[in-house]
Amino acid sequence: MKPGRTRRAGIQIKAPTGIIGFDEITGGGLPRGRTTLLAGGPGSGKTIFALQFLVHGARYCKEPGIFVAFEETPKRLAANFETFGWKLAALQKQKLFFLDARPTPDLIQSGTFDLSGMLVALGAKIKEMGARRIVFDAMDIVLTLLPDQAAKRREIYRLHEWLLARDLTGIITAKVGGDQESSLDQQPFGFMQFMVDCAVILNHSVEQGVSQRSLRVQKYRGSSFDEHESPFLIGKNGFEVAGARTLGHAHTQVVHERVSSGVERLDTMLGGGYYRGASVLITGFPGTAKTTLSGSFVEAACLRGERTMFVSFDSDFSEVIRNLASVGIMLDRFVKNGLLRIVSVRTITGNAETYLLRIKIFAKEHGARCVAIDPVSTMSSSASEMIAHSVVERLIDWSKTEGITMLCTSLVDEMASRTVGMSSLQISTLADTWIHLNYLAQAGERNRGLSIIKSRGTAHSNQVRELILSDAGVTLADIYTAGGEVLMGTLRWEKESAERAANEVAEVAGKLKHVRLNAEEAELEVKVKSLQTELVAKKTEKELLTRTSESRERELSRGRTRVRELRGGDAAVPRRKKTR
Amino acid sequence: MSKRSIFKFRLYVTGDTQNSAQALANLTAICREYLPNRHHVELVNLLQEPQRALADGVLMTPTLVILSPSPVRTIVGTLNQTDLVLHALGLETAAA
Repeated sequence: MKPGRTRRAGIQIKAPTGIIGFDEITGGGLPRGRTTLLAGGPGSGKTIFALQFLVHGARYCKEPGIFVAFEETPKRLAANFETFGWKLAALQKQKLFFLDARPTPDLIQSGTFDLSGMLVALGAKIKEMGARRIVFDAMDIVLTLLPDQAAKRREIYRLHEWLLARDLTGIITAKVGGDQESSLDQQPFGFMQFMVDCAVILNHSVEQGVSQRSLRVQKYRGSSFDEHESPFLIGKNGFEVAGARTLGHAHTQVVHERVSSGVERLDTMLGGGYYRGASVLITGFPGTAKTTLSGSFVEAACLRGERTMFVSFDSDFSEVIRNLASVGIMLDRFVKNGLLRIVSVRTITGNAETYLLRIKIFAKEHGARCVAIDPVSTMSSSASEMIAHSVVERLIDWSKTEGITMLCTSLVDEMASRTVGMSSLQISTLADTWIHLNYLAQAGERNRGLSIIKSRGTAHSNQVRELILSDAGVTLADIYTAGGEVLMGTLRWEKESAERAANEVAEVAGKLKHVRLNAEEAELEVKVKSLQTELVAKKTEKELLTRTSESRERELSRGRTRVRELRGGDAAVPRRKKTR
Repeated sequence: MSKRSIFKFRLYVTGDTQNSAQALANLTAICREYLPNRHHVELVNLLQEPQRALADGVLMTPTLVILSPSPVRTIVGTLNQTDLVLHALGLETAAA
């Protein structure tokens, strides 16, 4: 199933199980041509695992299989597993063979016996149908019939040798007691564990009243594997393992595309919206419009024509639609045209792992590009804190790997903590964008405040805004700060109108002053003009005066000369020459 | 129980493996001692007829099937506990 990891030098060394998650943990499936021990308590899912392995081989790998049932009749098995849609009846014709190997109840036993008769019979059947896979289910049943440890050991050994000689990929399932880790070491399972090439342990426990199933690969010769406990789920298609991602596995594509939050002013505050593929966390107290913000994100995604999924842990499908419609978010139409899928999960049952797997499966089925989960904090109430945290981690990891833009809301308990950003799941560090909503109680009102606490890789507004819900939709309003206090609601409105009035007065006053100044200016200009005219007149007068006095002087001196000439008393000639 | 009734046995073995050989030897001994001239044994070697294992539903070897007198009974193992075998055959009173 996983190219590249299952093939080495052209030979497949692993047999894919077709179990979601398991093939990833083991890097391709079970060891091909070898034996795997599958151990677990009653009802831990051994038979389902084993049968799914066979069905997958028969349906998709051209590897017919044989199921040796020591415990249940093939008929009952087929009936039990019909619900998984594996089409057992059709497969049974040629690709899948069930061998009813239950010991008859009235069987009398005297002395030891062996399984060689069965193996001979199986050998013939394998040849006949070309089987490549085989399962021995509930091996413990037949082992209890054997009189002593040596005989048990011998039969296990015989079986193992037989499997190896035929190059069959085999699973042997065995029940172990409730306290499995200790009973596993008991004979003959201890011996079996040493013998097989791969051992998988299934565990089913109840933690704080919540059922938890987990699987652990205990050993795998010749291969690396994820050795931690991985939770799994028996879903409607069979076994599904929540594979923890191994490092270097994800190829997260970093994009610069923005997607709208559905609230225009919020987009502006975020510098254009959320990043595509980002995980957004909205925290807040109950009733701070977390769901509404998720709703507007979902609506915006649908309006862009993207396939979207809305997971609600709080409300029913129809409640979600009705409640969001009351604030102008109409999701009904998108549900009808198939763009939107609303998944409502009641919080009463199930555990965090189950939720995660379901969300993954639904998203995959729907082909969702945007997912909103409201609220993700529900997970912590249905599982221990640690598990819930790891689940949310993987949820975020998954959405990033898939390139899904995910918005999660998280409830903050008002009583527990009033400090901003106390998120019970501590997922705030994982989220790319974190928006916090809270109440500001003031002057007999409670108003919603929105602030962006962080937004990776984007410039974002530092301002606290008031979030206003109306039947026209969601908007953000500016907040007034007065004397260091943030004003919201009515106080903001009062402040706004007061400011508007003050503005008007100032405007009128300004206009008046302008007019007056204009008048003064005009007056001065007139004055300047008249003064200039006066100046010209004065200058002319002055010139005239100068000219008149000069000519008069000339006239006077000419007159004196004339007088002297007329008198002729003096020798005036040389002087005359001189003066001229 | 009639003394003249014939016991019909079918013994499934896998060749002459240790368990199979033991079972055959034990059965022969019991027949010789308790059922002289009153028995008929059909020996089925699954190594030669593997299909019969599936057809007859015999998976553990050796297996002895007592076909008659009815009811049909099945004994699995090497038949090394003679009392148990005789009890199954309804012969323990005769032995006493």
